Amino acid sequence: MPASDFSRRRFLGAASAAGLGAAALTACGGSDSGSGKDSSGRTIVEWWNIQTTEPSKTIWPERAKAFEAKNPDVRIKLVTLENDAYKSKMTALTSSGKLPDIYHTWGGGVLKQQIDAGLVEDLTGPMESMADTLVPASVKAYQFDGKTYAMPFDIGAVGFWYNKALFKKAGIGAPPTTWAEYLDAVKKLKAAGIAPIALAGKEKWPGMYYWAYLSMRIAGVDGLQKAADEKDFTGDAFVKAGERLKELVALEPFQKGFLGAAYSTPNGEAAAMGNGKAAMELMGQWAPTVQADAGKGIGKDLGFFSFPAVDGGAGALTDVFGGGGGYAVRKGAPQAAADFLKFFMTAESDRILVEKANMIPVVKDAASALTDPNLTAVSDMLAKSTGFQLYLDQAYPPAVGQEVNDSVAALIAGSKSPDQVARSVTQVFKSQ
Amino acid sequence: MTSTYVKDARPAVDQEPAAGPANRRPRARRVKDWLTAVSFTLPALLLFGALVLAPILYALYVSLFNWGGFGSPEDYTGLDNYTRLIDDPVFLGDLWRGLLLVLFSIVVQLPFALAMAVALNQKLRGRAVYRMLFFAPYVLSEVITGVLFSMIFAPDDGLADRFLGSIGLDGLGGLWFADQDTVLPTLFLVMTWKYFGFHMMLYLAGLQNIPHELYEAARIDGASAWHRFRYITLPLLGPTVRISAFLSVIGAIQLFDLVWVISQGGPDHASETMAITLFQFGFKRYQIGYASAISIALFLISLVFALAYQRFVLRRDTEGALTNMRANR
Repeated sequence: MPASDFSRRRFLGAASAAGLGAAALTACGGSDSGSGKDSSGRTIVEWWNIQTTEPSKTIWPERAKAFEAKNPDVRIKLVTLENDAYKSKMTALTSSGKLPDIYHTWGGGVLKQQIDAGLVEDLTGPMESMADTLVPASVKAYQFDGKTYAMPFDIGAVGFWYNKALFKKAGIGAPPTTWAEYLDAVKKLKAAGIAPIALAGKEKWPGMYYWAYLSMRIAGVDGLQKAADEKDFTGDAFVKAGERLKELVALEPFQKGFLGAAYSTPNGEAAAMGNGKAAMELMGQWAPTVQADAGKGIGKDLGFFSFPAVDGGAGALTDVFGGGGGYAVRKGAPQAAADFLKFFMTAESDRILVEKANMIPVVKDAASALTDPNLTAVSDMLAKSTGFQLYLDQAYPPAVGQEVNDSVAALIAGSKSPDQVARSVTQVFKSQ
Repeated sequence: MTSTYVKDARPAVDQEPAAGPANRRPRARRVKDWLTAVSFTLPALLLFGALVLAPILYALYVSLFNWGGFGSPEDYTGLDNYTRLIDDPVFLGDLWRGLLLVLFSIVVQLPFALAMAVALNQKLRGRAVYRMLFFAPYVLSEVITGVLFSMIFAPDDGLADRFLGSIGLDGLGGLWFADQDTVLPTLFLVMTWKYFGFHMMLYLAGLQNIPHELYEAARIDGASAWHRFRYITLPLLGPTVRISAFLSVIGAIQLFDLVWVISQGGPDHASETMAITLFQFGFKRYQIGYASAISIALFLISLVFALAYQRFVLRRDTEGALTNMRANR
């Protein structure tokens, strides 16, 4: 199964159960992240990554070998951990103040906390020469106060994946571009006896996407940023976002039993799409892979459209909600760490990641290596983006991100009002 | 004072006359005994202190801070976490749901296990097979059980709905885990399936210890089956029942893994337990201070229950042991 490695979300879902035990165990394990020299006098650079699945699992060590061939005095030591285990281990390492030389980061709130603790190297200087070669949206998550703290290697975004055949059956001509059209499409699908939307209610984060995108469309990316800076989401725009979502929920658009559905299990959200039982899902670039993995996959029937605009909203149809992966360097790491990351993200190297590991290009010149039509759609949307918002549960401190997920889930389940959602999120944000 | 204490305390062991200059030897021996005892228990005490007591005390300390897990706790907030706790609808819900699970366990699960145990204690063809079958779910890991039943109770496509549909009872099928109102009963069904075998095994062991002669005598006296159960089986099974109820309640209070796999406490907190809330705040939100307050609450509830149960319910069962100890002293 290709490309599953870049779906952080998928890991969260699939591994949350199994990873729990592993996380607890590994969190207690010792670590020797202090760098030194190996027996032949080479500088050791530890590279912590979460590429536990093929094809990345093979490609990552290959890239390290390629760098070592050119730099005989450096040894790149890979430490590969499963997603959830990695997160708990990093929490322990961060509080002890000893981070690995190079480590995986999703940017946003967690990276900011590490930067504030003085643990992260400023990469603005080393990356200056290549700043123009990267897709701007891919670097956004790692920039704070005009400085860049991580090298991106993966980028993706969320949009609606839809079943063209089911849309046709319901008599929907073109994908909707406004919220009113969207609600109309949902009604038509319902009237045709098709479940309009697949949603993993058990996992909460897929529901958060709706509220986040509606907030972006109504308040705009800047409005959302301002709310985060002021820790105040009680503004009109966010209550309205909740009201729009409530409008949608009132149409009962989700598949049967969505409140108990997981994302990637055989009867979850992705499977409902992959087996043609629901007409669309709001999901990231990993969606096609997981649909084919958890269900049968719908092949050429699968299409992609951006989250519709809301009338009178400050946000544009081209503002994008997403995130990716990057590598940060610990403060005081050997020079070779930054050198390696620059090597890793040359056009030539990124081309290999795009071709073989199904990543979306981060280096502009690697774009031509992309052949998959679904990923091309996402890549195009990113390239044309006018604004970019990182996943809320990564952009904000963990407690706030979880509160957004939790409150929106409650809104969808009918136990919280749009106003209560805005107030809960604000209250938790202020306590941070 | 000391010498009389020594003399009084060990009359049975000290064979020598405990008077005059001979007093010295017992005291020296007393000290030596003490040292021996300490040197033997010290490793265990150290481990217990470092791995049990210290974390509890540390959690107590951390629960007084607003702390996100980075660096060391600095933002001292006193009892704020606790006042927040008793106002938190999710936590209060946890207590209510915990109580429901405990009640269900005692009122439904244990009697069911007892009935099965009594049935399988009869001479019955293939009873070893039945015993093994009923005990098997207990051996299965919680995670596997959770995944299994998530599939069985999947709305429409799951085995449960298919089965009910095939025998014409579609109306009984439903959303199972996917609805706030049905998730807890369904969960309890799974818990019963998983754990009744364990309690059944305990009861079976207890039943084997009841002398046959009692039943024979009762039968000769004309006691009915119900009377034999009521006046022989049940009283003699008392200690086993009390222990099994204790284990069942503690298990229900600390329930985590099964729920986590099946519903993560959802939909909308409808199946959340204290341990789930604790995990959510500790490892998802990284509000370690608040999570510690929850853990202290969980600890206190378990402790108070355990002590009270020992004191008032298990007293009769442990009385022999205690009085023996007193006599030896």
